[in-house]
Amino acid sequence: MSDTHALGGRGAVAPARPVPAPRRPRFRGLDLSRTRRFASSAVILLLWQGASMAGLIAPRTLAAPTTIVATAWELVLSGELPHHLLVSLGRVATGLSIGVSSGVALALIAGLSRRGEEIVDAPMQMLRTLPFLALVPLFILWFGIGETPKIALVSLGSAFPVYLTLFAGIRGTDPKLMEAGRVFGLDRAGLIRHVVLPGALPSGLVGLRYALGSALLSLVIAEQINATAGIGFLINDARDFLRTDVIVVGLLVYALLGLGADALVRGFERRALAWRPNLIKG
Amino acid sequence: MSDERRVSVGGLTRRFGSNTVLHGLDLELEPGSFTALLGRSGSGKTTLLRTLAGLDPAPAEARIGLPDRVAAVFQEPRLLPWKRVWANVALGLEGRDAKGRAERALGEVGLARHLEAWPATLSGGEAQRAALARALVREPRLLLLDEPFAALDALTRIRMHALVLELWRAHGPTTLIVTHDVDEAVLLADRVLVLDAGRIAADIAVEMPRPRSHGDARFVALRRRLLAELGLEAEVLQEAA
Ligand SMILES: Nc1ncnc2c1ncn2[C@@H]1O[C@H](COP(=O)(O)OP(=O)(O)O)[C@@H](O)[C@H]1O
Ligand SMILES: [Mg+2]
Repeated sequence: MSDTHALGGRGAVAPARPVPAPRRPRFRGLDLSRTRRFASSAVILLLWQGASMAGLIAPRTLAAPTTIVATAWELVLSGELPHHLLVSLGRVATGLSIGVSSGVALALIAGLSRRGEEIVDAPMQMLRTLPFLALVPLFILWFGIGETPKIALVSLGSAFPVYLTLFAGIRGTDPKLMEAGRVFGLDRAGLIRHVVLPGALPSGLVGLRYALGSALLSLVIAEQINATAGIGFLINDARDFLRTDVIVVGLLVYALLGLGADALVRGFERRALAWRPNLIKG
Repeated sequence: MSDERRVSVGGLTRRFGSNTVLHGLDLELEPGSFTALLGRSGSGKTTLLRTLAGLDPAPAEARIGLPDRVAAVFQEPRLLPWKRVWANVALGLEGRDAKGRAERALGEVGLARHLEAWPATLSGGEAQRAALARALVREPRLLLLDEPFAALDALTRIRMHALVLELWRAHGPTTLIVTHDVDEAVLLADRVLVLDAGRIAADIAVEMPRPRSHGDARFVALRRRLLAELGLEAEVLQEAA
């Protein structure tokens, strides 16, 4: 028996009852839930601060929240943090541009032609089973310990998600829309431009979001390789001096980078995918 | 004799594996005529339309004479969800005034208020009207409709019937509509064909002035005859009882 039958049967038996009005208007419920979330985080912070002040948590284990804030402020004012941040951002930006553009290029080659698929897809599918972070030793042998292996790692980490999702998106094109395009006189280039690529964009953007996350992870690992600048260097350097406050500031910067990257793609999605039913504003 | 809207098909055979769907089919459509094609599910109606629309390659031995401008409306609207309604209608149009032409076509189907809408926000009937506008904006000489109203509710379908007739009168394309609805065929067309065993098994002229009414005695008689052609005598007898 199908679901609709089951539902229909239940509806027929149960007497119609008015839906009870919710006790509280919904927005107040949301408000309360947000307050609770905020409160629980605040309590943890307070406990942490209290434990640090009471000497229960040694500074070399974990610095107090107030110390961390003060340190962050000092690092900003001294120009140290902006300097390292710029170096890290530069690595991500370079690696991402190389990775994303090669991911897109390969996906287009494999997605738009049979021969391209035969040549490109098999090696890509084989390579993707490799945890790319495990390539670090090889990269150091190939590229030394300068900037090149770091950027190469970020590129590699971001190329795969873009390739895989965009390729799948291109191959997932609705054949009915392709037919409509053909009936209305689109040639191959027109079909690719008006039907295939816009249709593949949503999954490509999901891939881009993964790519940014992956790029950040690659950055963290890459900056462990003998860096002389960058957030990773800041953290490693702080470790040698038992400066847990600086380490936490570095971690917070990584977290903010992740959030920022996600917000960036989401913002772009809202514009580029405005046509999607779940994004259309009432 | 050589009106550019004439359709002339001879000896069209189409097979899928061992399944012969069209079997030496012959079909002539008069310029500007409105023809309905009936047939059981799986009788090959869509296969025939796809060949006429150029979506499937025509077999070499078939003789096929078609107008150069062919447009089609399918059962689903098949609008590109990422293009606004007007851009969907303007798809593939050449020339500078593509947007203006699309807007006028949308006005004709009563969608002037939805030019900038996203397809996902349209109702089923509105989306199908947009698909009609997209077909008409090209001034087709042959208009192919494959069960275009099958997915619509009864009231919307009645409005769409009136709209299609109005557009056909205004633009005059040779029109071929596939339907499984006998009433729809009799209501709209000048001529009703029944496809069976890969050939045109019945070819019946509908000589009734429009607008036609279901209550008309000629309507009832023709309906019964077509149902019989489709092998539904049992139902007809039941209805008569
Ligand atoms: N691409 C295809 N491959 C194999 N069989 C097909 C294909 N298209 C249609 N058929 C078969 O051809 C027959 C006619 O299909 P169709 O033209 O869609 O029928 P109708 O539109 O009249 O319902 C069906 O038996 C269907 O299974
Ligand atoms: Mg069909």
